[in-house]
Amino acid sequence: MRVSILQFPGSNCDWDSEHAVKDVLGIPAQRVWHKDQLPAETEAVIVPGGFSFGDYLRCGAIARFSPIMQGLKEFAAKGGQVLGICNGFQILCESGLLPGALIRNDCLDFRCLNQSLVIEESNERFNPGTLGESITLPIAHGEGNYRADETVLSVLEENDQILFRYDGNPNGSMNDIAGIRNSTGNVYGMMPHPERAVGSHHPCLDGLPVLKAFFEPLMQSLPCEVSVS
Amino acid sequence: MSQTSPTPLPPNPDPVLNVEITQELIDQHGILPEEYKQILEILGREPNLTELGIFSVMWSEHCAYKNTRKLLRLFPTEKKDKEAIGQVLVKAGEENAGVIDVGDGWGVAFKSESHNHPSAIEPFEGAATGVGGIVRDIFTMGARPILLTNSLRFGSLKDPHVKRLFRGVVSGISHYGNCLGIPNMGGDVYFDDCYEGNPLVNALCAGILRHEDIQKGAATGVGNPVYYVGPGTGRDGLGGASFASRELTEESAEDRPAVQKGDPFMEKLLLEACLEMMAIPGLVVGIQDMGAAGLTCSTCETASRGDAGIEIDLDLVPQRETGMNSYEIMLSESQERMLVIVQKGREKELEEVFEKWDLYAAHIGEVKEGDRMVVRHKGVVVADLPAKSLTDEAPVYDQPASEPLHVVAARDWSPSQILDISANQVESSLKNLLSHPTIASKRWVWQQYDHMVMSGCKVEPGSDAGVVRLSIAGIDKYLAIANDCNNRFCHLDPYKGAQIAFVECMRNLACSGAKALAVTDNLNFGNPNKPEAYFMLKECVKGLADACTFFDVPVVGGNVSLYNEHGEGSIDPTPVVSMVGLIDHQDQVTRSQVQEAGLELLLLGGWSDELGGSYYLQTEYGKKEGSVPEINLENEMKLQELLISQIESGKIKAAHDLSEGGFMVCLAEMLFGDNKLGVSLSIPEAERLDATLFGESQGRVIVAVKPSDSQELIANAQSAGVQIDSLGTTDETGILKVNFGKEEVLCAKVDELHSVWENAIPQHMESSNC
Repeated sequence: MRVSILQFPGSNCDWDSEHAVKDVLGIPAQRVWHKDQLPAETEAVIVPGGFSFGDYLRCGAIARFSPIMQGLKEFAAKGGQVLGICNGFQILCESGLLPGALIRNDCLDFRCLNQSLVIEESNERFNPGTLGESITLPIAHGEGNYRADETVLSVLEENDQILFRYDGNPNGSMNDIAGIRNSTGNVYGMMPHPERAVGSHHPCLDGLPVLKAFFEPLMQSLPCEVSVS
Repeated sequence: MSQTSPTPLPPNPDPVLNVEITQELIDQHGILPEEYKQILEILGREPNLTELGIFSVMWSEHCAYKNTRKLLRLFPTEKKDKEAIGQVLVKAGEENAGVIDVGDGWGVAFKSESHNHPSAIEPFEGAATGVGGIVRDIFTMGARPILLTNSLRFGSLKDPHVKRLFRGVVSGISHYGNCLGIPNMGGDVYFDDCYEGNPLVNALCAGILRHEDIQKGAATGVGNPVYYVGPGTGRDGLGGASFASRELTEESAEDRPAVQKGDPFMEKLLLEACLEMMAIPGLVVGIQDMGAAGLTCSTCETASRGDAGIEIDLDLVPQRETGMNSYEIMLSESQERMLVIVQKGREKELEEVFEKWDLYAAHIGEVKEGDRMVVRHKGVVVADLPAKSLTDEAPVYDQPASEPLHVVAARDWSPSQILDISANQVESSLKNLLSHPTIASKRWVWQQYDHMVMSGCKVEPGSDAGVVRLSIAGIDKYLAIANDCNNRFCHLDPYKGAQIAFVECMRNLACSGAKALAVTDNLNFGNPNKPEAYFMLKECVKGLADACTFFDVPVVGGNVSLYNEHGEGSIDPTPVVSMVGLIDHQDQVTRSQVQEAGLELLLLGGWSDELGGSYYLQTEYGKKEGSVPEINLENEMKLQELLISQIESGKIKAAHDLSEGGFMVCLAEMLFGDNKLGVSLSIPEAERLDATLFGESQGRVIVAVKPSDSQELIANAQSAGVQIDSLGTTDETGILKVNFGKEEVLCAKVDELHSVWENAIPQHMESSNC
């Protein structure tokens, strides 16, 4: 399996994501420049964190016009697995691959801390059984305040599209939302950074089950020995 | 047949060249009469305005260290022990930043720089561009930046203007560093009235690189093309280097155009493009950041280092404003620009990289024979100067120095002027110290910094040292970083104060398990033309240099910021010491907070009997006086060697250095990791209770060990000649109880103390819900 990690100008968690996927999970991964085509052998995509195009205008608002986004939309439409982390989540919302929007934290400041999250019963991959009732993951963002209109929110709630909620809301997100998926269960977005919680030198290892849950449908074929380095 | 009249010369296209150089203009450029005479001798003619501007920035204190160059020679720049780890690969002053060896073929480039004056005027942009400048210095060396820290100094947080500066500086750093994706490991923040109106904003960056990838900032190879890369040049930051070399006055706000505006996104592109370009074997001949003094500094410094000439054409420089003259283009400090010299014939390889990143790469000139820096604009030569005259021939001054009276008075001080504390005041005094913004938790600051990006953060900010794993190099080693400088001690005794800054910094590294490798210093002082301010500078440098030599920890880079003055005089001398250290194994990474009950706490280095210069005198009496604690470098070395050896043998579960606030503050902070913890201990009776609890005697650390290891630790300490006292065992009462002799002097809830410490800065900043 090949994971494509998109690299926009201003992406800055692309290396971290590649490190987590390739060196820790042992899944072949490559970074793909935003002006290039999505490689044909791509089986899953990570849209990493950072400040794409400086996050000028609105976070993700410029990245959604990047050449690679067309291919990403087609990939997602065919059921391809897509994970947006932090700025990647913002890009997925801006491009319409996920509902809602992320605006400035209600405290107006950037927040970097280890955040406790409550796991929701979302689908067969993301649920308390696979991830645990509660996990801790790093967050690092200035604009993670999830917003959506009442209709969208109630659809998200009814369809169990919420992956996890903040335990102690750090940014003012509606319904304490920290991560969601689309209705078909192939596009995922989250503000917390699972790729920063995969090694013994990290504050915690709770990112591993989250990444494994995401890659799960594609991993059966792999003799995936998870090495924690 | 009429006689042809001689063709009149075309009007000079650059109006700057027609300006007459008057005494007033020379004064405005901060050039002294004897310096102007020297310029006339160098040129053999009058300079034009552009040339005058070039001399003024290159001969400013900021670029030329004219008041400090002699003093800086006192610093050791390489290790005496040639076998030890941390050999210096690039020495201080040779390139944009020094580089040291960290083993396995890897090196670490690191340096700190001040952005004090810009931050006083425009805190957000001043601090942001301070980060931008130091990051460029590091990746110019060919290194991938892996961490940032900041040393910040402000006036009293009670002042609304100071709050504005503090908030602006922290958000500027956060804005710029977070966007770059370089973890900011915090640093240190002090609040003292002496910084009112003249805050200090020092930024440090460290990066990692292979030995063979070290880049040079030299223009060599006649005919090699000179490229300008990055965004266009504007009128921002005109003459910032000379601005930074003046005192701040009421009118300084009018200098706002001298403060640059940063664009971290542009810097991120530049960083990635430059590293990509430098990874192409043999392409780059020389590279230099356009920082202070912009295009001027980068052209003459590369030419001077390369023993070559350089010629550039300003018409080819990308510009984002119209109608700029040569003076403006040469002196602009627009951010995020670089000068690159590549191998002739390989221009296309550079151009392709910059095209990918959507950045300008303009071929603006070439390396020439000879030694001249020649600048053309609109078809005429606008500057023609010997490059080395700008970089090497700046005047060097030895200023008169005289010892300030308060320094003399401090030596004769005796604590008998102060009534000893009574038992029932201990809790309130401790809370006063814990809530002093200098001592209180800095979470409000570092939570705004992304300290976890790049997957390397091992010890988050708030411990004695920040520790990052060298993951990006693929090696399982850890780099520790600490900054230190207690201005109170430097104010009262500059020599000892600077030494204390050094040993405290080194002790912070030792507490985290790291062996110190090298120093970068940031010398923040007042106006050197004032004999008292110069005395402080001189003594601090001597103290620091002697400590560096004693411990064989060389200085590999740094920065001098003078003219830090406010309405009532100079700031306290503030020689900020930043040190990097290395930890070989993950198991040796040690934190300052105790995480479990049942551990024995022990004090290494004995009890304090000194009170001079302490924060206790500040919080209880509002005094900045007294004799600075004694400092014994031999004892300090014994202590630190013992500490590191005990950490390496796996005995130490936590270690915290005693500094501001003394024993009680250190002990309380160690328990703040988990509020359920408590400890009950008895202190042997001594002459003074206040000095014992709150005095700041040097060379002391509290460690936590398993009770089964304590006998061995005690034996090892005794044979190393380090005093050791067992304090007590952590329990789950959540109560901190202290007896002095037989009398109980403190019985406080740890969570209450913790909340005082944690909430002090947020309360000042009126932060509501997060």
